[in-house]
Amino acid sequence: MSLKNNLHQLKEKYKGKKMAPAFNALHTFLYSPNETTHSGSHIRVVDDLKRNMNTVIMSLIPVLLFGIFNAGYQHYAAVDAAKGIAREASLFGNFITWENFIMGAWTVLPLVIVSYGVGLTIEFIFAVIKGHEVEEGYLVTGMLVPLIVPIDTPLWMLAVAVVFGVVIGKEIFGGTGMNILNPALTIRAFLFFAYPTWMSGDKVWVHQAVDLAGGPDAISGETVLGYLAQGRGAEMSYSVADMFFGFIPGSVGETSTLLILLGGLFLLFTKIASWRIMLSAVIGSLVMGLIFNGVVAAGWIPEYSTFYGLMSFAYWKHLIVGGLAFGIVYMATDPVTGSQTNRGKWIYGFLIGFISVLIRVFNPAYPEGVFLAILLMNVFAPTIDHYVVKGNINKRLKRAKNAMVLPTDGEGKAEELKAETV
Amino acid sequence: MALLSKKDTSLILDPLSDNNPITIQVLGICSALAITAELKASIVMSISVLFVMGMGNVVISLMRNIIPSKIRIIVQLVVVATLVIIVDQVLKAFAYELSKTLSVFVGLIITNCIIMGRFEAFALANGTWRSFLDGIGNAAGYGVILIIIGFFRELLGSGTLLGYKVLGDPIAKTGLYAIGYENNGFMLLSPMALIVVGLIIWVQRSRNKDLIEEN
Repeated sequence: MSLKNNLHQLKEKYKGKKMAPAFNALHTFLYSPNETTHSGSHIRVVDDLKRNMNTVIMSLIPVLLFGIFNAGYQHYAAVDAAKGIAREASLFGNFITWENFIMGAWTVLPLVIVSYGVGLTIEFIFAVIKGHEVEEGYLVTGMLVPLIVPIDTPLWMLAVAVVFGVVIGKEIFGGTGMNILNPALTIRAFLFFAYPTWMSGDKVWVHQAVDLAGGPDAISGETVLGYLAQGRGAEMSYSVADMFFGFIPGSVGETSTLLILLGGLFLLFTKIASWRIMLSAVIGSLVMGLIFNGVVAAGWIPEYSTFYGLMSFAYWKHLIVGGLAFGIVYMATDPVTGSQTNRGKWIYGFLIGFISVLIRVFNPAYPEGVFLAILLMNVFAPTIDHYVVKGNINKRLKRAKNAMVLPTDGEGKAEELKAETV
Repeated sequence: MALLSKKDTSLILDPLSDNNPITIQVLGICSALAITAELKASIVMSISVLFVMGMGNVVISLMRNIIPSKIRIIVQLVVVATLVIIVDQVLKAFAYELSKTLSVFVGLIITNCIIMGRFEAFALANGTWRSFLDGIGNAAGYGVILIIIGFFRELLGSGTLLGYKVLGDPIAKTGLYAIGYENNGFMLLSPMALIVVGLIIWVQRSRNKDLIEEN
């Protein structure tokens, strides 16, 4: 008898037991359940929650692999830089190497394991206590979390943050599909406010930089935004191509705009993510960037100003540095926490892009604001939807009222009336 | 007759658990979020409120038959303001550092909803002894929550309790800090205090299901 049949039979055996939800979670994760519909609709599509989640994970795999190589690459690049050796990034020359892969995998994979281990444990515990099925919601969150934290985040901190994010951000609202805030970003926000020294500065983006700090072999790697925020943009050696392909320091998965773009296209092709949110978020960030560039061009801001560096940064470059691309593609498009109405999605996305760049420029403590902008808009998404729906109702009421002035058939207005009524 | 009848006992004990001013009535949240970053401040704040509330209830209860109902709010404000000024002056005289930590929040005891609420709801209609017990009970209920929040926020946020470094020294890396533990800065921020209040409410309601509202 195959494993699948075994599981089908065991399910019957465990039915009603306390641990049943935990077992069923494993069962449905491995195979499609053998249940058939007994009432209501008898047609089922196969793109259930599990498939949706897996599609997103597939689109994240290239980003994760790149993050692993980049973790190693940035470490060795920083070591070289400390010795005074300049390094030119080349994909097959010094990027895709065993050395980079081993170093990267050794640091990134523990993050993935802790994220999934802790998060799924909590999901299982809550499912057993509350007696409902384990939902697949954490599959994507668990993959997103390691990609949006700095490489050297201590594992216990990540574990604490995951507990906080899953319990406070998701479970107390009722679990998957009921959460107001994006759980992955809740986890990042917790880390950011709780342990700020591990989330910013020029030491956390490169593996071992914290351990080696102060010693003879000290290395460091400042992010592009970090350089600009300190007005040291001229010292930066990264070209636009580096920024686009991702050979820059940053959170594990956020650096490669190219792969994020491909992942985003894949999500659009499979219709998992909303193109409206992505497009309007891009437009929003470009608009804000243009406003800042305009302010600089008009000469309203002096060069010694703290904000000059980031404000004079070419508007379109905001999209290829920092977490903006990653946030727009994988975070803003979360169907649960985003707006549901089509017009709402335009507003929601636009404001995410707009506010991200705004916070990025004006936040004195930390030159990045994508996660804050998305969390803020998560909170406002239901309000946006409410007014969009209400606006639509009012519009149609008005139309109905106008149609009430009934022209009689004799006047030849029957056609018009038909067109007026909804 | 015993010192406290059954009703009297419930006046003191109810606010401590099932009728808690903070977790059930959700009053006095502002100060609970603002000053609980240190356990010491929480304790002093609790004692201050205990004093203001016990005394205030007694005074209002004594005057309840002569206060014209049209101006009762002003009378109540005068009483509570007087008591708060006494507390403020005492703190400034004997615990200056602490009064600086508490800053405006001692003065803001005046606006603490719990105090006006108890004046209106209880002291205006009950005898002196019972009003005193009610005041003490509610202030204690407020204080208990403040101290619980203060305990967790100071322990996890600063690694200290009442100023003692119970988890070790974060700079010299002793105790827990030697194995990589770090203080949680989020605990020192007010949003986390609100989340802690929420967690207390969660624990309380899952222990006593009667408290969960129908909706």
